[in-house]
Amino acid sequence: MDWPALRLSLVLAAATVALLLPPAVWLGRVLAYRRFPGRGLAEVLVALPLVLPPTVAGYALLLLFGTGSAFGRAAASVLGHPLAFSFEGLLLASVLVNVPFAVQPVQNSFAAVPRNVREAAAVSGMSPWRALLRVELPLAWPGIVVAAALTFAHTLGEFGVVLMVGGSIPGQTRTAAIALYDRVQAFDDRGAVLLAAVLLGVSLVALLLTNLLSRQVGRRTLHA
Amino acid sequence: MSLRRRSLLLAVPALLPGLAARAQGIGQDGPALVAAAADLQFVLEEIAARFRADTGLDVKLVFGSSGNLARQAEQGAPFQILMSADEGFVFRLAERGAARDRGALYAEGRIVVFAPLGSPLQVDERLDGLRAALDAGQVARFAIANPEHAPYGRAAEEALRSAGLWDRVQPRLVLGENIAQAMQFATTAGAQGGIVALSLARAPQTQGRGTFAVLPDTWHRPLLQRMALLRPAGAVAERFYAYMQAPAAREIMRRYGFVLPGEVQ
Repeated sequence: MDWPALRLSLVLAAATVALLLPPAVWLGRVLAYRRFPGRGLAEVLVALPLVLPPTVAGYALLLLFGTGSAFGRAAASVLGHPLAFSFEGLLLASVLVNVPFAVQPVQNSFAAVPRNVREAAAVSGMSPWRALLRVELPLAWPGIVVAAALTFAHTLGEFGVVLMVGGSIPGQTRTAAIALYDRVQAFDDRGAVLLAAVLLGVSLVALLLTNLLSRQVGRRTLHA
Repeated sequence: MSLRRRSLLLAVPALLPGLAARAQGIGQDGPALVAAAADLQFVLEEIAARFRADTGLDVKLVFGSSGNLARQAEQGAPFQILMSADEGFVFRLAERGAARDRGALYAEGRIVVFAPLGSPLQVDERLDGLRAALDAGQVARFAIANPEHAPYGRAAEEALRSAGLWDRVQPRLVLGENIAQAMQFATTAGAQGGIVALSLARAPQTQGRGTFAVLPDTWHRPLLQRMALLRPAGAVAERFYAYMQAPAAREIMRRYGFVLPGEVQ
């Protein structure tokens, strides 16, 4: 059992959720409540990683991370090493690739809050912050949990992008999914099966949670 | 959100980059990161274990096709040693200043024709069995490594051309991303056979999965396997580099079928 790889995957998944969730909550709410020119385009860009082939995303990131791009050079000087083949590069790639998984459930959840409830909050003199904390979040939190669960599970399963920008460096970029790929090539059937079972288990738990909470969203806002 | 909670939330991402790197202690003073051609998959694990037993030092191994690993090294991957299955990749790195010098020859590789258990393919060193199987239409899929970036794949193509079989086999090929994946295809994925590295066929982990026959080395350009210390190399990497050229490691390499520099097979 490749514990370092599993630990790396879990750290990467948790870090992705931690970095991505706050901006995703903000963006999901904006997309749910505000009409603005270019909103359609924003929604398309958010959804893009869902349909983009992982190798296209991986290739684009390789170009972005490399020393040929200004961003890549700047990042390398800040970090002290190239962005590609590093945990930081993987984290950035993971955040970008998971945007739809984090934003869309949140957006749906906020959108499901009845308009009259929000209007009541505004009319009773609540500031936007208080309305968010006391009225909207208590109703929309299942969507945020779903976003976190889906982002976490999806990060664990990332393969194509990690393969292209990661390099399978033990402890830095050899995630559980990559380690499984390595185990198969090393004829280590036992190691491969163990990793596969763990990854499958986590995915199932994440989906169960998502399923339970999605039903909650509908029920809650109906009675609000 | 209170100011304290907000600053806490911002502090978390700042801590994360250090976590993973510290997890394995990779760097100049930690275990040396060795990028090795996939044909070394099993032999190098044995040598690394022996190295640890003899010196108490650790190396971390990353396997892949020589071409891919060399490209990653050029792009700044933190490899400290590159052990390529082809000299050309090492020379290229030396020319670009990514390697300290032009490195050292550590072995010459050999290819074998392999047939998994239950396959109708008969293996022999002249590939007559393959010819017969092709005539009888028994070969649906034949596995080699990708000739574009895997030296053992390139050698397989050259051997098939030398035997006059390339045009007939080519529509049936499945290409492994590296020679270990090609071996994996040849043994478990339903191919009727393949051309793989002798070192992989001789490994204990693959015993009993099929039969193989060594192909003449005159059928392909020599697989001159060369290694070099790369720019990030530290003290542990230097010791491992020297260890690879010492008798203990050479003996292990010999057991896996490699021809060692200065020796005739």
